[in-house]
Amino acid sequence: MVAPPHAPHPLLTVDDLVVSFDGPLGTYRALNGVSFQVGAGETLAILGESGSGKSVTVRAVMALLPRHSATIERGTIRYDGEELSALPVRRTRELSATEMAMVFQDSLTALNPVVRVGQQIAELFRVRQRTSRREAWRRAVAGLERVGIPNAARRAHDYPHQFSGGMRQRVVIAMALALRPRLLIADEPTTALDVTVQAQIMDLLRELREADGMAMILITHDLGVVADVADRVAVMYAGTVVESGPLRTVYDAPAHPYTRGLMASVPAPDRPGERLTPIEGMPPSPLATPAGCPFHPRCPVARAACRTDRPVLRVVATGHEAACHYAEEVMAGVDVRGAA
Amino acid sequence: MSDGVPGSAVLGTPVVPTGDGRPDGADAPPVVVPRRRRRRLRLWIPLGVIAAYLVAGVIGPLIARYDPIATSVADRLLPPGSRMSDGGLALLGTDQVGRDLLPQIMQGARISLLVGAATLLLAGTVGAALGILCGYLGGAVDATVMRLADIQLAFPSILLAVFVAGVLGSSVTNVVLTLSITTWPIFARVARAQTLATRSRDFANAARTLGAGPWHVVRHCVLPAVAGPLLVIATVQLGFVIVAEASLSFLSLGIPAGTPSWGTTIANGRDYLASAWWIATLPGLALAVFVVCVGVLGDELRDRSDPNLSTR
Ligand SMILES: Nc1ncnc2c1ncn2[C@@H]1O[C@H](COP(=O)(O)OP(=O)(O)OP(=O)(O)O)[C@@H](O)[C@H]1O
Ligand code: SF4
Ligand SMILES: [Mg+2]
Repeated sequence: MVAPPHAPHPLLTVDDLVVSFDGPLGTYRALNGVSFQVGAGETLAILGESGSGKSVTVRAVMALLPRHSATIERGTIRYDGEELSALPVRRTRELSATEMAMVFQDSLTALNPVVRVGQQIAELFRVRQRTSRREAWRRAVAGLERVGIPNAARRAHDYPHQFSGGMRQRVVIAMALALRPRLLIADEPTTALDVTVQAQIMDLLRELREADGMAMILITHDLGVVADVADRVAVMYAGTVVESGPLRTVYDAPAHPYTRGLMASVPAPDRPGERLTPIEGMPPSPLATPAGCPFHPRCPVARAACRTDRPVLRVVATGHEAACHYAEEVMAGVDVRGAA
Repeated sequence: MSDGVPGSAVLGTPVVPTGDGRPDGADAPPVVVPRRRRRRLRLWIPLGVIAAYLVAGVIGPLIARYDPIATSVADRLLPPGSRMSDGGLALLGTDQVGRDLLPQIMQGARISLLVGAATLLLAGTVGAALGILCGYLGGAVDATVMRLADIQLAFPSILLAVFVAGVLGSSVTNVVLTLSITTWPIFARVARAQTLATRSRDFANAARTLGAGPWHVVRHCVLPAVAGPLLVIATVQLGFVIVAEASLSFLSLGIPAGTPSWGTTIANGRDYLASAWWIATLPGLALAVFVVCVGVLGDELRDRSDPNLSTR
């Protein structure tokens, strides 16, 4: 299941992306040099604390950043060889749905409340594929059936609020996958759902991904889900990717103290009874990112150099990158948790 | 961060939705039937009344002709239900120069409804279009148009009416123009606010991630969200516009004399309130009933157009 660490032709490449917002308190950088790539058919999980810039990253890819307050200062977004960041937004829209699509966190807000769900999906076929009204509706119903909506032909006439949360998220997925995109971006697709439904939706996504051979970017806080579905992992902290690599490598031998803390803050199924260690401190405010390594105020292994020199993402093993001056020591297992 | 629950493999196959929340879309229990009937009444009563006004305004004056110069000293200030000197029945009484009030009010309905509808159509279309444009584009367009709207709102409409009447003369068209210039900012503001709230909502973004361009987003996401509030505003403004037309006509800045609107008739009766209450009161009542019916209808239509309310 694990794809080669770097597929020969990455589908999506984000390189050194810097995004800033004009806020009431001045301009601040939400993304400070984000780099990652996703190969065809590969699933990349993006992990990171709230506010680390995961959503901003994928919104930048889909060209959804608010036009007046957000600026892409630097960096490139490349899809299948095309540099989207240098092309008009229109180009991204052309690729949307057929090449890349997105599933949002809250299915209630992601659907137009005043349009029947069948109509919302059918519209896609009508506008993008110029099919007849009848054919579009037929395909919409088929799409709803595919994601496991019982009585799809009847339910297609319902409005979003008439569905339960889980069913509605299925509708959202049906819509995103209607034109069989090659890359699906799912930004916390299950966070708004209760636990049993979460698992059903994840299973559905996994199944559809396999059926369509599609690549996926999955943003989630659930390390268990990541372990189940991801091929590779990227960990974000304070607007940068601090570590990325194949799932097993990152889980078994994290090279960044933050990743290590992340793993330690979650109960491991094979080591019950172990004490959990939350990461001390708070993430930095984007208005006052510390000098040097952004993680240094919370890092249990920080040294003098960390306060002045900003570490860059570098290869620490095959396909495994980390942004820490002492990545090798962290990988080798210097006792990070002893600092608590 | 640690909300993770590892190990989700225990759960059933995804395509068989087991226990996925509450039963979807279950019909409301039969307890709501009386409410349904009440809601039907809330639709049909105002519709009926408004239709009656339209009929009265359109064909009323054809049957009972109103002649502004046919005065009759003998029939001055007759109370409702009196016989006139020519043998006809003055169902609603006569005014201070002996003209039958009923044809006058029906003729007035024609003008008042025409002015009201035309103004709302013009101001509503222009205001909504500008508001959506501003809300969607933002930036310099937004700043310019909205400052214009502010200036417009701060400018007294009577002064504007004096200006328009002075330059263009007084006519029905000019009254509509004046009132439209006065009202468009209200529509623009509401449309803009609603557009701002909608354009970056998730479902608009979701439409974009499926390839929707600005035009599609405006048509399918913004317009439906703007329509409801605008409808409510329109029903409120209709009353305002009809009353404003009356005030303009009262000041001889509006409809030229000889074409009675409700406003001119009310103004005529002002001096006779103590001796002949019906002259001012009956057209006033006609105006009030109409405005209330339009308001109720507007509310009801808005509720019906919102599927999130319709099942409650
Ligand atoms: N539209 C916006 N305007 C201004 N600032 C924004 C906007 N969207 C995001 N930000 C800021 O960018 C930073 C990153 O936010 P982002 O939503 O990407 O976090 P996240 O990693 O997705 O967090 P979460 O796990 O809570 O979803 C935050 O500091 C946030 O305040
Ligand atoms: S660079 Fe220093 S502060 Fe930053 S993560 Fe590595 S050890 Fe910690
Ligand atoms: Mg987010």
